[in-house]
Amino acid sequence: MPEIRNYTLNFGPQHPAAHGVLRLVLEMDGEVIERADPHIGLLHRATEKLAESKPYNQSIPYMDRLDYVSMMCNEHGYVRAIEKLLGIEAPVRAQYIRTMFDEITRILNHLMWLGTHALDVGAMTVFLYAFREREDLMDCYEAVSGARMHAAYYRPGGVYRDLPDRMPQYQANQWVTGRDVSSRNETRQGSLLDFIEDFTNRFPNLVDEYETLLTDNRIWKQRTVGIAVVSPERAMQLGFTGPMLRGSGVEWDLRKKQSYAAYDKVDFDIPVGKEGDCYDRYLVRIEELRQSNRIIKQCIEWLRNNPGPVVLDDYKVAVPSRGEMKDDMESLIHHFKLFTEGYCPPVGEAYAAVEAPKGEFGCYIVSDGANKPYRLKIRAPGFPHLAAMDEMVKGHMLADVVAVIGTMDVVFGEIDR
Amino acid sequence: MSNGSHKGMQERLEQLAEALASGFSDIGCSVEQVCGEITLVVPREHLIAVATRLRDESQFGFEELIDVCGVDYGDYGNTEWQTDAAPDTGFGRGVEVIGQLEAMEENRFAAVYHLLSISNNTRLRLRVFVDTSAPIVASVVPIWESANWFEREAFDLYGILFDGHPDLRRILTDYGFIGHPFRKDFPLIGQVEMRYDPQLGRVVYEPVSIDPRTLVPRVIRDDNRYLAEDNETQDAGDA
Repeated sequence: MPEIRNYTLNFGPQHPAAHGVLRLVLEMDGEVIERADPHIGLLHRATEKLAESKPYNQSIPYMDRLDYVSMMCNEHGYVRAIEKLLGIEAPVRAQYIRTMFDEITRILNHLMWLGTHALDVGAMTVFLYAFREREDLMDCYEAVSGARMHAAYYRPGGVYRDLPDRMPQYQANQWVTGRDVSSRNETRQGSLLDFIEDFTNRFPNLVDEYETLLTDNRIWKQRTVGIAVVSPERAMQLGFTGPMLRGSGVEWDLRKKQSYAAYDKVDFDIPVGKEGDCYDRYLVRIEELRQSNRIIKQCIEWLRNNPGPVVLDDYKVAVPSRGEMKDDMESLIHHFKLFTEGYCPPVGEAYAAVEAPKGEFGCYIVSDGANKPYRLKIRAPGFPHLAAMDEMVKGHMLADVVAVIGTMDVVFGEIDR
Repeated sequence: MSNGSHKGMQERLEQLAEALASGFSDIGCSVEQVCGEITLVVPREHLIAVATRLRDESQFGFEELIDVCGVDYGDYGNTEWQTDAAPDTGFGRGVEVIGQLEAMEENRFAAVYHLLSISNNTRLRLRVFVDTSAPIVASVVPIWESANWFEREAFDLYGILFDGHPDLRRILTDYGFIGHPFRKDFPLIGQVEMRYDPQLGRVVYEPVSIDPRTLVPRVIRDDNRYLAEDNETQDAGDA
């Protein structure tokens, strides 16, 4: 009898289904996986070490680059940890703006996840649909911060500036002219809030559209139902958070349970799964799209009726306005101090977490009273999820690995940091 | 945060702090409260016993380990503002980059664990100081499996050894990396740089050629009078 040996397969790091730079070493028995060993760190940039070398505020843009599809949620986690250290709280309007943009970010992230997950499993169209809507949401990012992705919009004590009264417009060019331009600009005539409201009115039908493509699709169900089942006990043991935990039937959402920003003032539901397989996690995230839309609607309503400051007027942590700076000596000094040295939080340590689209994104900051964090630890939700790879794919076929990578919603910016 | 949920949270915290103090103070654990969070400092020989009780007893119920990280306290409280060498090319040169790390005989490294109780909706931080010369602490993988990669990371970046870990390999740094890059005596700029050598036809490693530069020096201003409630937090932090 010939000797039967397991086959070792190297998957990635340059593989379109690896969602970035994941290198998986798979031990195969035929087409069945015996053991999966993810090798990570190919995108390691030592964000935490870099943050130790610069004042607190200068690390906010790094946060965008961690989970680069849910930018503002990362900023929120970091900014909240600083606020906790300083013992300050942002004004209520800033809280609502943060809530609204966190949810916009959640939709951005889930659309990205939906498109790529479906693409990996073999459905091309969803990807095109999802990216169409992402475009509108990135325009919201651009309108408010000037950048389509890496916003650096949240600041300790509030947000960088109030929502703009007008949206940027498309300009005619050699490819797009006349009527095409005006039809593209049709929804952009009013303020940013008008634009987002128009989006929230359209969006539920669009989610229905995605669902017609997938939810009852025979192939989609064959590829996801019963794949990578995780029981609630195992999910907790493995450190799962976010939709991965809720997909296994544990009702746990930081927005409800350890509420922050304005989440306790808006109405929404937490979807949970039953079986804990890839299909349930898909359903949970689809429902989260609808719930996020609901939250955004309530935030728009509130923001329209309640003007006010969006950042604290404590110039020891927040920058004075440009106008004041030109008139007032003290404001000039504050401005100078903030940008050359920053602020020194009291000695202590703080951990603040937010419900990022992928799960619990937390920042642990140790302060020794200096103007730079003594230690910053970023708790990325994808890290323990990917660590469970071995358990989730064991006994499945090679093709299911791709479905599992998709369902975990891994992004290497945050896992490798 | 609404008042109702905030109050509930505060009550739960107090209860937990009391339970921790009565349950663990006899084995040398101490409870600290900073910024509305509880830290339990655990002597390293008792870590496994404490962690098991924290997971299994329903009054604690910490069924989920959120995070493990290393901290290097070797440079704690040192500043870089020593400009005796008058700089002529920006003050990058006038900054003393690394303080006296050798002075720290013990308690230089700590492993910090963040726990979450889903059933009681509370959080807890454990801090375990490890020996500086032989930084070994027991692995909590048998208690919470999510510790696996987190401990690998702490080993990789800080060189803390987790006794009983099933597979303690480097995780984030490159294959064949030397040193523990997040230690305070490891330069931000790194030790080696890499380039392709056309003569040799391969990639070569060389000592870094860039000078480390500090753009904003690290300073400590004790003057926190503008910030709210700093007196309490400062006292608790110093303890």
